[in-house]
This record gives sequence, C-alpha cells and structure tokens, in this order.
Amino acid sequence: MRGKTNKKKIEKHHIEDLVGRIYMSFCVLLLIVIIVSMVYFVASKGLANFISGRVSLSDFLFGTKWAPEADTPSFGALPFISGSFLVTLLAALIASPLSICAALFMTEIVPGWGKKLLQPVIELLSGIPSVVYGFVGLSVIVPFLRDTFPGQGIGVAAGALVLSVMILPTITSVAADALASLPQNLKESSFALGATRWQTISRVILPTTMPAIMTGVVLGMARAFGEALAVQMVIGNAPFVPRSLFESASTLTSVITLSMGNTTLGSTLNNALWSMALVLMLMTFVFVLLVRMLERRNKI
Amino acid sequence: MQFRKSWIMALALTSVVALSACGNSNNAATNNGGNNAAATNTPTESSSGADLSGSILASGSTALQPLVELAAESFMDANSGVDIQVQGGGSGTGLTQVSEGQVDIGNSDVFAEEKLKDADAAKAEALVDHQVAVVAIAAVSNPDAGVDSLTKQQLVDIFTGKITNWSEVGGTDQAIQIINRPSSSGTRATFEAFALGTKTEDLQGSVQEDSSGTVKKMIGETPGAIGYLALSYLDDTIKTINYDGVEPSVDNVVSGDYPVWAYQHMYTNGEPNEVVKAFLDYMLTDEVQNGDVVELGYIPASAMQVSRDVEGNVTAK
Repeated sequence: MRGKTNKKKIEKHHIEDLVGRIYMSFCVLLLIVIIVSMVYFVASKGLANFISGRVSLSDFLFGTKWAPEADTPSFGALPFISGSFLVTLLAALIASPLSICAALFMTEIVPGWGKKLLQPVIELLSGIPSVVYGFVGLSVIVPFLRDTFPGQGIGVAAGALVLSVMILPTITSVAADALASLPQNLKESSFALGATRWQTISRVILPTTMPAIMTGVVLGMARAFGEALAVQMVIGNAPFVPRSLFESASTLTSVITLSMGNTTLGSTLNNALWSMALVLMLMTFVFVLLVRMLERRNKI
Repeated sequence: MQFRKSWIMALALTSVVALSACGNSNNAATNNGGNNAAATNTPTESSSGADLSGSILASGSTALQPLVELAAESFMDANSGVDIQVQGGGSGTGLTQVSEGQVDIGNSDVFAEEKLKDADAAKAEALVDHQVAVVAIAAVSNPDAGVDSLTKQQLVDIFTGKITNWSEVGGTDQAIQIINRPSSSGTRATFEAFALGTKTEDLQGSVQEDSSGTVKKMIGETPGAIGYLALSYLDDTIKTINYDGVEPSVDNVVSGDYPVWAYQHMYTNGEPNEVVKAFLDYMLTDEVQNGDVVELGYIPASAMQVSRDVEGNVTAK
C-alpha cells in the first residue's frame, strides 16, 4: 500500500514537471517561430526589389529623389533615413538632460516625496496613446513654432519635441533604477572626503552610472526611431532632406504609414516600403546590440 | 556549451518551420488581421432564394468605408441571416485582398487598372467593377488667401512651384504653402488627373497628410495654405476655390460641368455570388443612393448625367 501511494506521488510530481516543461518549451518555440518568420517575411519583401533588379541598393540607400508615381519612378530613401536619424538624435538630446535630472531628483535630492510625486507623473506619460501626442503636437507645438520661428511650424523640430516627451519616461525610469542601485558606500565615502552634494553627483554618481543611463538613452532612441503616428502628424512628410529644422521632412515610419494602405502588394512601391521596414528592423537590432554592449560595460 | 548547442538546434528547427510555412505567411501577414475571418467567410448558399444567409467581408478605401458600413447595417437589419464586415486599410489593400480572394469586396477610390499595373494587369482584368457613388474634390485655401477662383493653369503653376505667392494670382501678399496628399493617394491621383491634367512632383517644403480631417485642420490654421478636399469636408474654416470659374457643387458635378470627381468602386473577384450580389444591388437602390449616399456627402452614381471610363473619357449618359 505505502509503496503504491509513494509511486503515485512521484508520478504526479513527474507529470507536473513534464507538463510545465512542455508548456514552457512550446511557448519559447512559438516565440522563436514568430520572430524568425517575421524577420524572414520582412526581409523577403524588403529585398525583393533589389533581387529583381528593379531598384538598386545604392540608389535606395543614397538616392535623394523619391518619386514613386512619376513616369520614371525613383526610389531614393535617403530623405527618410536621414529624417529618422535627425528626429531621433534631436529627441534624445532634448530628453536626456531632462530625464537624468528628473532621475537624480527622485533618487538623490528628495528620495521621499520627490519619488512619490514625480514617478507616477512621468510613468503616466508612457501610457498616453501616440495619437494623443500627435494631436497635441499639431494643436499646440506646431502653432507655437509657426509663430516663433520662420516656416510653417511643422518639421523636424516639431517631431523631435513631441518625441522627446514620449521617450522621457523610458530614459527616466532606467536612469532612476541605475541610480538607486548604486552602492551607498560610494556616496558615503565621497561625502566623508568633504565633497559637496553637487561634487558627489557630478564626479562620483554620474560617471559610475553613465553606462546604465546610456542604456536608457539608447532604449529611448529605439522607441523614438520606431514611433510612427505622432511624428507623421507633425513632421509634414515632404520626401526631402530638410534644409532647416522648421521645414517639412519625413521619417521611415511616416512614409510607411502614409503610403502602405494605398499600394498593392507586390508593386515596386510596396516592396520599397518593405525595404524601409527592413531598415527600421536592422536599426532596432543595432540599438539592441548597443544596449547589450553598454550592459556589459556596466558590469565591469 | 551544451546549452548553446540546443539553442542553435531550436533556431535551425524553427527557421525550417518558418521557411516551409512561408507560402502561407505571404497571405497571412499582409492581411490586417482580418484573414482568419475571411477564411471562414465563404457564404453558405441558401436553399430558397427569398431569405439570404451568409457573410460578406469588405475592405479597402477609408473614404468609402463609412458609406458601406451604413448601408451594411440597414441591409443586415432587413436580412438577419447576413453578416457584413467592413474594414479599412486603403484602396491598394482592398484591391490586393479582393484579387487574392481574402475578402469578398474590395473598396477603391480609383479604377483597379490604375493600381494593378504591369505584372498585375491580369489581376485587374479578373475584377468586376461596381460603381456605387461619386466623390468630387475641390481646391481649398486658407480663408485669408483672398482668392475666389483659379484657372487650371494657375493651379498647375501653384502645384509645380512656379507660383509661390498668392499676390501672383490676385490674392493677398502671402507665401503659398501646399498641403498635399502622398503620391500614392487616390485623392491626389484624381485631383492631378482631372484638375491639373498632369502629374506633379513633390516640392521641397510641401506638406503631405493622409487623412482629410488633418488636411482640413492644417489648411484652416496655416496662413497661405492650399490643398484639396472632398466636397463633404467643406465648411467655413476653409475657402472653397472655383475651378475655371465653375463652383464645385453637387449640381455642377452631376451635370458634368465640374470635372474633378471620381467614382467610388466596389470590386468583386469575378461575378459576385448570390449574397454579395444582393448587397451590391442594394447599394444601387434608390433607398441607399438617395439616402445614405447623399447623407454622407457623396454624390449618387445613379444621378450622374455623364459617365467616365478608365482612360478618363467623359460621355453623356
């Protein structure tokens, strides 16, 4: 009798183990299948134009003329690629100092009520849908820029401003986590040596946590690079490399959302849009690699 | 080391699976989530002709979507056995999906021949056109521009960048800001074909917006802005510009005096089945043509005194 129940117990235990294992492997496998097939799909569509020779790779990457419906169509995507980088870098330049200061404020200056008040407010920003950002940008930022600067208000500056608000929460939360995980004794020894709070922050805390903070910045840039709707509403979408920050420009995402629905599958224009999607994906991959590298540096 | 090996194995395995499934994924991933519904949507033939049952899936032009949705609702009220779903996605998506059999009806702003060209021309031939409404497009400007009417040549010069100030066409001294549509847009194709008579290239500094609502908002707010909108979007926040002295009104479109208009098409792949045909016939009844169509700001296709073919030749009916 006792032997039998013992055996049953072990069996149940084993079955649980097996079920858990199968379920886990199934989920992981499904995930891998999804990712691999997605990469394959975008790559096969994105490379179709280059393989069939309808568009040459160098014309696509470095051509500045985008005229897909002209009698002699040309598919230069440089305006979109440069627009994406310009907007992303500017947004990161605007958002990083703000986020790092907010993170310092929450963790170093007033860790008590500062964190309690500021953190939910900043996290709220990440929950706002991007169409709301776009509409606020169109109704507030664009008229403001139009009245203050030459030009029509729309353009890279408006796009970067909208994006910088959108990526604030990403950078802030990563930076705040990094600052909070800094060993207390580093700060204490700095204070013990007679350093002021500012000296401690600028010479000890920030240099030590910089790789982790940069991780946040890169994650924020990845988000900015992929954001479509809000940018599309305020940037103007002219397929040109802009001559000023207040002139209509385009990003990879904005031209994809603008044209994808109007094109038929398999047409050269449609495939060119897929090529841009591929560029976007490769860039995301680069961002991920960057984060990995920064994380590794952070450990040393 | 062993761990890494198993990962490589898993990756290799999944890529094989993904590759072998790629024939299907071509269809699956391009359909904006409506694919599964379409697969189960083969309408069931009803035994008696009187009460219809089955389901219809339509996708495509967002300009036509509200009309089809409204008509579908009243059609479903009258025929409880029929289920109609209408999705957006754009004219190109609608045409692609209907020619691949993923949907029953593909809604489009333009003739299928204009989108499915060259290698895809055969696909366009297989599609059957049902013209359900007409949309007219008017040139509009910011109210402060001070211009009531523009000739065809003036419009061409503005949209090709030869005229850059409103004072050159008798308006106020104000730089012209073009609010355009993306070059793939059906609205832009219609405006270029019938108002300008020529394709235009994008100009540096011009603005491109996709949705009519955004275009209208930007023209109303931006000093010196010019653009074009469907008649149903016109109101006091923007100024409607007469074309060669002709006012863009429903009467002028119907009589053929105002040339900037296009059909709204509902394409089926081959002749439609019973349920789809019943719905398309319903779209052309007076109830819909003089009701929903007019209510939503379209012009009834049945009222038109002229007709136009793919090449743009206009003939009196």
